[in-house]
Amino acid sequence: MKINPIISLAIVFILGVNTISCENIIPEAPADEDVLDGAIEGLSTAGQARFLSGDEAFGEIFFSGNGLGPLFVANSCGSCHVGDGKGHPFTTLTRFGQTRANVSPNLEIGGPQLQNRAIPGYTPETIPKGVPFMKFTPPAVTGLGLLAALTDRQILDNADPNDINDDGISGVANYITPPDYFIPRWYHQCVNGKYIGRFGKKAATIDLLQQTVGAYNQDMGITTTFEPVDQASRLTIDPEVTDQTVRDVIFYLRTLKARIQRSTDNARVLTGKQIFSDINCSSCHRPEWTTPLSDIPALSNKTFYPYTDLLLHDMGSGLDDGATEGSAETYEWKTPALWGLGLSPDAQGGEFYLMHDGRARSIEEAILIHGGEAQDSREAFQNLDVYEKEAILKFLESL
Amino acid sequence: MTKYILFALIVVSSNYSFAQQVDSTLLKQTPVDSVKERAMNMDAVYNRPFLQLGKSPVSLGGYIEANYEYIGEDGITEGHSFRIPRMTLFVASSIHRKIKFLSEIELEEGGKEIAIEFAALDINIHPLLNLRGGVVMNTSGAFNQNHDGPKWEFVDRPVAMTEMLPATWSNVGFGLYGKQFKNEWAFGYEVYLTNGFDNSIINNDENKTFLPASKTNAERFEESSNGEPLLTGKIAIKNDKIGEIGLSYMGGIYNTHQEDGLMLDTKRRLDVFTIDFNTTLPKLNTYIVGEWAWISLDIPFTFTQQYGDRQRGGFMDIVQPVLKREILGFENVTVNIACRLEYVDWNVGRFRETDDNMGEHLWAIVPAVSLRPSPQTVLRLNYRFMQQTDILGNPPVTTAGIQLALSSYF
Repeated sequence: MKINPIISLAIVFILGVNTISCENIIPEAPADEDVLDGAIEGLSTAGQARFLSGDEAFGEIFFSGNGLGPLFVANSCGSCHVGDGKGHPFTTLTRFGQTRANVSPNLEIGGPQLQNRAIPGYTPETIPKGVPFMKFTPPAVTGLGLLAALTDRQILDNADPNDINDDGISGVANYITPPDYFIPRWYHQCVNGKYIGRFGKKAATIDLLQQTVGAYNQDMGITTTFEPVDQASRLTIDPEVTDQTVRDVIFYLRTLKARIQRSTDNARVLTGKQIFSDINCSSCHRPEWTTPLSDIPALSNKTFYPYTDLLLHDMGSGLDDGATEGSAETYEWKTPALWGLGLSPDAQGGEFYLMHDGRARSIEEAILIHGGEAQDSREAFQNLDVYEKEAILKFLESL
Repeated sequence: MTKYILFALIVVSSNYSFAQQVDSTLLKQTPVDSVKERAMNMDAVYNRPFLQLGKSPVSLGGYIEANYEYIGEDGITEGHSFRIPRMTLFVASSIHRKIKFLSEIELEEGGKEIAIEFAALDINIHPLLNLRGGVVMNTSGAFNQNHDGPKWEFVDRPVAMTEMLPATWSNVGFGLYGKQFKNEWAFGYEVYLTNGFDNSIINNDENKTFLPASKTNAERFEESSNGEPLLTGKIAIKNDKIGEIGLSYMGGIYNTHQEDGLMLDTKRRLDVFTIDFNTTLPKLNTYIVGEWAWISLDIPFTFTQQYGDRQRGGFMDIVQPVLKREILGFENVTVNIACRLEYVDWNVGRFRETDDNMGEHLWAIVPAVSLRPSPQTVLRLNYRFMQQTDILGNPPVTTAGIQLALSSYF
């Protein structure tokens, strides 16, 4: 068959141009509800630019040339919070040294956190024999700005330390001695020089600055002007990231969007949601909050659904790790937010690693590990029929 | 310096002759003669079109690549992008009938980086015994030897051969090479001792073991990072009718284990094995070329597993000429359809914590159309589809888009 060369060239050209003009060649973006990362709605253009700077800093890879370690756990924020989601056992954190509430974290023996990795030529830490420890799976960082915007008063409104309403659920705040650099905001309340912690598995950090510079220092061995002590030498060294970088990361964390629930119209999801409330899970996993005025307008007066009360609860002997932080007892844990639960496997390598240390390999297993104040709810779950159990699991997966 | 080179190019361009047609063992659609048929991948460094002024012993050459791409990642695109990934200049001279010199200088991204890729003196003692010294190309695989843009039908270089193995990895050193022919068979070897890698291959912001990180260390042209030579060797065998297969090894101590007499670390080895092949199917004239490499290295047990101690990957290109005729005044225009398959596993192994497989792998498929108005010039249209997972094996990031490029010797 004879092929006209002009036509051949024209076909190649037209195919090429057609391809260029066709947006379909670009892979589709995942639906907003299927990913955790992304900025909150209503962020100004200047805010979006800053969000990008923070996103870049959050993903910065540290190596010895730019300050990693020498002792560390992970080499970037993003390696613990992949896609802003939950962490994997690969980057599980180990806290050690504090056996009782309100005692020092035993800095002299390497506490409060184990740095189990080291750059070549250095030896990582080990846990001294006989010292109790607890393992933490890194949490998702989605929607932290909304939680940070709440007032202490709002959190305390849910506290019932003496179980006055006699529902078997108390809920106490973890009062934390603030670091020197902490600046109280209008929404903080001071009690005997301490402030309510709201971040971390034991609610041991008061705000996102403390959380962020603590993670730089304890997780990556990166010093800042706020946390200038090198974890290997225990000496003060020059800051390895700038204050601006720290502020950008905090802005990024504050302005990450809240998780968007999926399948909200699904009948089974709605049934599950009702059962979740009926068996009193929502007493601790409080669904709804509304922010007050915020310095970031996009965070002001927002109603959101994290499913946490930010308070500590007795979770029973099965979850008593024998170590603690702040005023929390060894058996007390902050109610974790459930938003993003259904997307956990997308950040955890296709698996579930739930509860504070990732011991639960499914949502159902996580429910069945609940004890202490959650014992009644757990038993109520166990007494549900198959359909009801599936409904509640489907609801939780939709979060 | 650049203006002198440009001036020389202008002068010679008024009265040049191609000292050699581009042969490349890759471009079967180009006319070949009996001499070039015997060329192997190891000859690629000299097997290029040069411009020669009269009987001057100095020859000049080079190639340029210009790209356009429209690529997106999970729905996000940076839009339309034009770039010049590289312009390379060659200078060769025959000092004596048995002594020759060649240099290859690459200007990347419009001059953002300037690298000496090759600058070596060759002394011919016997066909099986040639001495080479200077900045030599460490022969890990065929792509590293035979990397000129105009020889390939694809816009991007293979990931495994340019990012897993360092592309155009060259170092200061000495070595031997030689070839032997018998009937339709050819055998070749190369062996070099050079400066080598450094700590940066496991200490970099790529977040993975990344051999090309050592390319940023320009001090390797002054001194070794650890006083340990890097051994590079390759043997290859070629049958004129069947094709060529090569086996390469590159290895040595990579880390700075001592300095000023002080022990900083234990000695840590790096070993790289590569197999490459190319062939042309008879009758169909389908050209197939591929390469696969395995990397293993000693990494401190207490360092993060993010930096893997094993990597593997490679590519295969299938090129089918579909049209060869005169078009618009160009004689012997060749149109090819082609497809490249790529795979890289940046981190082979299992997590110590869970015993699950580590992810961090990439695969790509690149269908392509290329048009060669002359053997030295190629217009390429590629569609690239690539997926890459993170170390945990989470849902992959998908990258796709089209690339158009012009690449030509000059």
